[in-house]
Amino acid sequence: MKHTRRGLVVLLMLCLVVVGAFRPTAEHKTAQAQDLTPVRLQLKWVTQAQFAGYYAALNQGYYEEAGLDVEIIPGGPDISPQQVLAAGGAEFAIDWAGSALASREQIVNGGGSGPVNVAQIFQRSGMREIAFTDSGITGIPDLEGKNVGVWFAGNELPLFAALVANDLDPEDPNDVNVIPQAFDMVAFINGELDAAAAMTYNELAQVLEYVGEDGTFPVYTLDDLNVIDLNEVGTALLEDGIYANEDWLADEANQATAVQFLAASFRGWIYCRDNPSDCVDYVLAEGSALGVGHQTWQMSEINKLIWPSELGVGQLDPELWARTADTALTYAVIENAADENAARTDLAEAALASLTEAFPELDVNGTDWVAPEVEITPNGE
Amino acid sequence: MSTVSDSQPNPPTPSKIRYNLQEFLDGTGGTVLYFIAILLCLIGAWEGAKFIGQETDYQFELGPIKINLSMTRDLNMPHLKDIAEALSKPSQRQGPPLIEILVKKATYTLRLAIIGFAIGTTIGLALAILFAHSRLLERGLMPYVVASQTVPILALAPMVIIWSEKLFGSREIGMPMITAYLAFFPVTIYTLRGLSDVPPTALELMKSYAATRREILWKLRFPNAVPYIFTALKITAPASVVGTIIAELPTGIQDGLGGAIINFAQYYISGPARLWATNFVTAMAGILFFVTVAFTEWLVIRWKRPSNRLDRWIDTFFKYLRHISPISND
Repeated sequence: MKHTRRGLVVLLMLCLVVVGAFRPTAEHKTAQAQDLTPVRLQLKWVTQAQFAGYYAALNQGYYEEAGLDVEIIPGGPDISPQQVLAAGGAEFAIDWAGSALASREQIVNGGGSGPVNVAQIFQRSGMREIAFTDSGITGIPDLEGKNVGVWFAGNELPLFAALVANDLDPEDPNDVNVIPQAFDMVAFINGELDAAAAMTYNELAQVLEYVGEDGTFPVYTLDDLNVIDLNEVGTALLEDGIYANEDWLADEANQATAVQFLAASFRGWIYCRDNPSDCVDYVLAEGSALGVGHQTWQMSEINKLIWPSELGVGQLDPELWARTADTALTYAVIENAADENAARTDLAEAALASLTEAFPELDVNGTDWVAPEVEITPNGE
Repeated sequence: MSTVSDSQPNPPTPSKIRYNLQEFLDGTGGTVLYFIAILLCLIGAWEGAKFIGQETDYQFELGPIKINLSMTRDLNMPHLKDIAEALSKPSQRQGPPLIEILVKKATYTLRLAIIGFAIGTTIGLALAILFAHSRLLERGLMPYVVASQTVPILALAPMVIIWSEKLFGSREIGMPMITAYLAFFPVTIYTLRGLSDVPPTALELMKSYAATRREILWKLRFPNAVPYIFTALKITAPASVVGTIIAELPTGIQDGLGGAIINFAQYYISGPARLWATNFVTAMAGILFFVTVAFTEWLVIRWKRPSNRLDRWIDTFFKYLRHISPISND
């Protein structure tokens, strides 16, 4: 039958298209030396300068020198790093302490093995609550009766703790009207929020980078904003740390891998402190749509969260850890006090020791580091 | 030209002209004209709403009803001119224009969408053929097929991606699975309808000739189902693009349109027009896929339309193929 034959040929052509689609794109998966240990790192969010240190360690060959073949896996809006760790989708993950503790409790209660903090990269929190100066909001007590934007899913803890410390009940709209906030600053700029949560390295910059409808720039400068620093309020929680799964860490060979991985990652962060523009380039190479100006600003702000590291890069301050765990308990993010295995400092200490031994001239504290001036660019371009 | 002969046909009468216009409107010209007219209406509605918003300072009272038009501000609804401009300008300093980046990303997404579409269509066809032959299987499995589509794919996608990572060491394998999950359903439903909905007389005739099940399937049921299948494929094609984008979101992969949407949503106030431009390119990718399927349908289902010059050209092409092909001598 003529029609059937025609149909078959068309079908065949369609098949060719599909087979063509299956053809793998030229990935940068080069043949790795046999003796490298494969390691995967799950990021908390999509590629941005927040994770520059790991990209630097990769691009500078620090991971390879340490005998590791590291694959950096970007995160996304619907993926939780702990879930990936628990499923064995990655050996290491970047996470915030609050959400790591919460998922640890759930997983351990379910008979599984939970995430363990093995290094604490950010020594201080980048979370702020910002308001325009004309709102008169200069501190947490001024939030009474205001529309206050907050990110939920565990990110509300620092602000809630601060509100309670000032006798404001976040659950009571008569005290303070807490509004779930999106990850963009439109509601804040439109005046629907009197105060909004903002990370120094992202949303705060976006407000400053904002270009007015008629093309005016800058519309807002830091002089127009009151920035409430939750580090100063005393309720800031630990942010980016490196986590691994407890049962994976039980293996001694894996512990050695972890020490190697941490040492190389620490080196990456030191490199980004000293060569921020290189690190911005590494990040931009991974994300062709990211703004150069915004990432440059972010790199600088991330460095401020890491440096100076009084105990040395990547070392966990037990006091901050305890505060995070206590706050998580107070706000019922966890039901029982965090167990002592939820964080371990020995691996990061060993990594730091190996680093100072191999490179005695390396400055692992950054005590004298001064943040460079970064210019705010229109739309962060 | 030089001689005005009486034998020439009469000059076209007004009614003849009207007839030609009617013919034009009924044909391709009409389609294009209507498309442009509706496009202009949409542009007018968008810009008109913005204009009214601006003139009324974004709120006015219509009797007792207060109407808030703040969503027509530039931050929420950029001018179409700005969206077009965003496409031509680079989004990154010294970078290529946004359209170039987005087309590259759309290619990536379309590639995965085609794979998912192919897998979904295959599964959908297989299920339909199975169901058409076994009433028991149909009654037993159909509820699950329907139930599968009520599970929110948005909640399922991250899990599939993580499993894919664990099982295959790659997230990219999981992505077409999610697309296929969305794609197979219409194919199953429509194909089953087409396979079952054969004229009873034709079926009786086939049976009276002692045709086997397979012969009935290929010579009667399947040809009867082809138009139904194409209807399903036309639904599935744009849905595959959407499904792939949903699959891209949890992976964090920046190569596709999903990554671009996350990125421009996050930096929305630094360029609302860019997110709208991305939406536009995404829509175009879906339309392109749809048109490809529709064109394939037009090529395959010839018995439903009058033959034209392109058909004759294609016939010649196929005759040529048969001519140079060593196996076909019938």
